[in-house]
Amino acid sequence: MSADALAPAPGAPVAYVDPARRARLRQRGLRNALVGMASLVAFVVVASLLVSRTPGWPVVQQTFFNREEFVASFPGLLDAFWLNVRIFLIAEPLILILGLLVALARTLQAPIFLPIRVVATVYVDVFRGIPTILVIFLLGFGVPALRLQGVPNNAVFWGTAALVLSYGAYVAEVFRAGIGSVHPSQRMAARSLGLSSVQTNRHVVLPQAVRNVVPPLLNDFISLQKDTALVAVLGPIEILRQAQIDASFNFNYTPYVAAALIFIALTIPMTRVADWLQSRTLRRRRAGGMA
Amino acid sequence: MTDVLVRVSQVWKAFDAHPVLRGLDLDVARHEAVVLIGASGSGKSTLLRCINGLESVDAGTIVLDGDLDVTDLDADLDQIRRRVGIVFQSYNLFPHMTVLDNICLAPRKVLGRSHQAAADQAMGLLSRFGLAEKAREYPDRLSGGQSQRAAIVRALAMEPEVMLFDEITSALDPLLVGEVLDAVRDLKAGGLTFIMATHEMEFARDVADRVCFVHQGVIHEQGPPEHVFSDPQRDETRQFLARVLRP
Repeated sequence: MSADALAPAPGAPVAYVDPARRARLRQRGLRNALVGMASLVAFVVVASLLVSRTPGWPVVQQTFFNREEFVASFPGLLDAFWLNVRIFLIAEPLILILGLLVALARTLQAPIFLPIRVVATVYVDVFRGIPTILVIFLLGFGVPALRLQGVPNNAVFWGTAALVLSYGAYVAEVFRAGIGSVHPSQRMAARSLGLSSVQTNRHVVLPQAVRNVVPPLLNDFISLQKDTALVAVLGPIEILRQAQIDASFNFNYTPYVAAALIFIALTIPMTRVADWLQSRTLRRRRAGGMA
Repeated sequence: MTDVLVRVSQVWKAFDAHPVLRGLDLDVARHEAVVLIGASGSGKSTLLRCINGLESVDAGTIVLDGDLDVTDLDADLDQIRRRVGIVFQSYNLFPHMTVLDNICLAPRKVLGRSHQAAADQAMGLLSRFGLAEKAREYPDRLSGGQSQRAAIVRALAMEPEVMLFDEITSALDPLLVGEVLDAVRDLKAGGLTFIMATHEMEFARDVADRVCFVHQGVIHEQGPPEHVFSDPQRDETRQFLARVLRP
């Protein structure tokens, strides 16, 4: 019996796929998956053979991939990593608030707000221009040296503050781009209904702007997770500093590799979430059309 | 003329060096339905935007209800826009809100209505325009005709004294034009004052109290639709009508 015999009558209100065609497509999908797996396995085998044949490999294995060192340093590193996580959890909301306020300040039009606009612009220009590690040095060593009354003297505090200031400038630009991505006709429609400029921002522009910038913001979060390690230069024992201590104890670099793995374990899930959100936004925009 | 609701006098407007409105005059009486026709770029949309204060004029005055001058540089434009509704070609619904929230936003935030009062009024209007089941939908689930009717409802919810329709059917599939025009017809029957820029000549003939042919930034010819369409006095009007009415 041919496949055509199964076909519904023309005009029937059903979706119909030729069964022979469906079988062919399934077969092809299976073959593609098998080829992909085989190719991947071959690549890993060849690459590890090549690396393990290099003359220096035994020494590298001993100093970077040492099982005992790994097991010995891992719990301490994990403990120290808790400080990185705390720095991140405190810095991130502050960065979001600062970034949003600065982005909004830069959109203020009334002449009375000129000073606010100028301050916001200068802040973004300056802090985007300075390497984050330099901001950490300058704040972490500079401010405590002023010996101001009532100002904390704590390296973690100033390291976190430096991260907030540095990332706040970036995030402000992300928000500003998001505000710019909302079509002017939306603002026009809101104003034509009698909504004030502030109400238009609050209810019409910002909700759409924030939605548009969630993927790039997640990207900055991932970057911030890693940059919490920069606070190590001020001395607090977070994961990088702990790895340094462990490494210099035995002249073995395995703790660095262990620290790297811990960072990866935290960033990979977030990277996947960011990718997923990005593709979802793209899909929505394509499906959305004009609105 | 008695009871002039909108008086446009000698309005000039240029974009860069390109003059669009060149000393245009127009009086619209209360309950009058005025339809603007004319080629693209003749200044119809610009005139409507100026009446709503979305564009500022270069010279001339636009006075609402004999007392409120839109063109006064110190005018409270938010107050003017409360009294003048506008509907655009591209609907411009807010995509992150349901249809109901789109409609309730301005009455709540600008007029200070309660949630309940705004929603009740919105549901009344939505039912009147056949959109009651769409109240909880987001705009991307609506057809073009439904979107445009929702945009009309959103403007009406502010209870404006005059409505401006800026080529509201130009972006629509021809099959959906009728439902939007029926909505406007319904408003006309209810006595709403409106000014409409359109290319729908049949509709203009049918519904307008007065048709104005806009040409080179002024109203070149105007009158009751039967006069303008059947017996145009000016050459430019005749040429324009010959072009748009030829099937």
